[in-house]
Amino acid sequence: MKIHEYQARDIFNKYGIPVPNHVLCHTVKEVEEAMANIDHLVVVKAQVLVGGRGKAGGVKLAKNKEEAVKAAEQILGMDIKGCTVEKIIIADAADIEKEYYVGLINDRNSKSVTLMVSAEGGVEIEEVAKNNPELIHKFNINPQTGLLDFQARNVAMKLFKDVKLARKAADIFQKLYQIFLDTDSTLAEINPMVLTPDNDLLAIDGKMNFDDNALYRQPELLAIREVDEDEQKEIDAKEKGLSYIKLDGNIGCMVNGAGLAMATMDMIKLYGGNPANFLDIGGSSNPQKVVDAMNILLSDKNVEAVMINIFGGITRCDDVARGLITALDVIKTDIPIVVRLSGTNAAEGLALIKQTGLPTVSTMSEAAQKAIELSKR
Amino acid sequence: MSILVNKDTKLVVQGITGRDGQFHAGRMKAYGTQVVAGTSPGKGGTTVDGIPVFDTVEEAVKATGANASIIFVPAPFAADAILEASYAGVDLVIAISEGVPILDMIRVTPILKQNGTKLIGPNCPGLITPDEALLGILPGMIFKKGNIGLMSRSGTLTYEVVNMLTENDMGQSTVVGIGGDPVAGLYYIELLEMYQNDPETEAIVLIGEIGGDAEEQAAEYIAKYVTKPVVSFIAGQTAPPGKRMGHAGAIISSGSGTAEEKIKAFARSGVPVAKEPSEIPGLLKKKMATATA
Repeated sequence: MKIHEYQARDIFNKYGIPVPNHVLCHTVKEVEEAMANIDHLVVVKAQVLVGGRGKAGGVKLAKNKEEAVKAAEQILGMDIKGCTVEKIIIADAADIEKEYYVGLINDRNSKSVTLMVSAEGGVEIEEVAKNNPELIHKFNINPQTGLLDFQARNVAMKLFKDVKLARKAADIFQKLYQIFLDTDSTLAEINPMVLTPDNDLLAIDGKMNFDDNALYRQPELLAIREVDEDEQKEIDAKEKGLSYIKLDGNIGCMVNGAGLAMATMDMIKLYGGNPANFLDIGGSSNPQKVVDAMNILLSDKNVEAVMINIFGGITRCDDVARGLITALDVIKTDIPIVVRLSGTNAAEGLALIKQTGLPTVSTMSEAAQKAIELSKR
Repeated sequence: MSILVNKDTKLVVQGITGRDGQFHAGRMKAYGTQVVAGTSPGKGGTTVDGIPVFDTVEEAVKATGANASIIFVPAPFAADAILEASYAGVDLVIAISEGVPILDMIRVTPILKQNGTKLIGPNCPGLITPDEALLGILPGMIFKKGNIGLMSRSGTLTYEVVNMLTENDMGQSTVVGIGGDPVAGLYYIELLEMYQNDPETEAIVLIGEIGGDAEEQAAEYIAKYVTKPVVSFIAGQTAPPGKRMGHAGAIISSGSGTAEEKIKAFARSGVPVAKEPSEIPGLLKKKMATATA
């Protein structure tokens, strides 16, 4: 799960990480009201759940009310990577001496939360990570001790020679770590953290992602969760015990198991086709699940053929076949379907499917080729 | 020989009175695994399918000498169950539970290390040494005893490949489903070391997925330390970046963890990567023929 910048700012604020003031606005009128009492430089920033808004023109400086209103008029309603801007913030602009990067992530390799900092903060941090990884300092936090004072300070000293500043930075690192733990984050970034001419450190922008598996114990996050149309489809699928992701192709696929589902998409590509989705129906032969899966799959109007790829393990293929037949009876679609069953009781399952007249095959390769062929008719 | 589990492994099933625990305890027992105990707080003294149930893992270990545990409890309680098994002194814990929070696994990791407990999973199908012991939810009937070691991040894709191996008369020493989560227990490198040292394993299949850089690290390790033939397959070659494909682990971000990078890394280490799963038996035969020549 992701949140907007203003929501991350609110969390930072609550934990005492210094953040410039901001006002959230949904309309130009709200911007006019917000600017009534402001006579200093502000930043008007689009609030969207995708990156790259600066380059898209979604962040503008404004010296006064007129400029802020003009910027708001341009930004509100703007399309950034498929997201329409519905909210903006008017944030106090900070005087910037230098920009830094501070980030926390779950690291698979060290199996710990890793603190990453760099004196090369700003929008190009991913380029820095790629081309000059030595400019990013990393520290793996021991979950049993947490981020100790001296450890936070030592990391901060890599950014600041002045020990007073290093202590201020260390305090921010420790607070960010506490936020990370308390909210089950998978990513918590301050980018940039800026140094002002008055030797203050401020979080100018924040990005946070959270562990979907931990949302059950994060009621405050669930309450502010926003989802777009594609995500809503994915959430609906999850509630039915399915895992669905829409893609751009025309061959719908229904598979049991995530790894096999990915391999199925690869196979469709390998033989020159284009998968319309990722769809994992899990390990059950329940006909209702197949009906739900087919309905989701066929709600995508780009789908011109469907490949059903099932490996029967503990679930027997003949049970799956019965589920499919029941499901297809309910759905009645003209879109061509090819069924591939393998594993436990595959022969019995295929025999049942054959009676319905649907094309059946026994290997993944054949299924992919057949589905592509059918999609071209 | 084999790795991790054999006919002497004594298993305790945590969460044996739940739907999945009960079902799979029965299946594992039917396969021939020594399922010596189950646990379910408050239900000690009862039995499930003839298996004695205890309130705690500690009691189960004391009474039965169990040295491995398998966990079927719901995800919010999985980390606690893993630690209970670890403190009770079992050597190997298999966590089947799906959807365990990442920070829970990060907190568990150093404690397992201190206690010397090996973990497989979470979000994994378990492991099997054919004809000896099945610890997990794998379909026992598709496996055949033999000399191929196989490890994989996915479930049904593993079965797909195992089925092809078995059909080609290539049996397996031990097959391990390591699970799809970003922070998990035993991974490729630890298992590669075990397969390399296992006299019964003659060749190794590594089934990877996009996301993370575990495959790249495995490739480096193979080049340095593994003399047995290794063949690989990477799922998710066509997955778009930034999308989570069912497995929390299968997500590409910031240009790392792509299938292309993994395939290149394996190529550098002399590990052939199958274009599709059905190529694996052929690639293995070729590799094994050149290894013995």
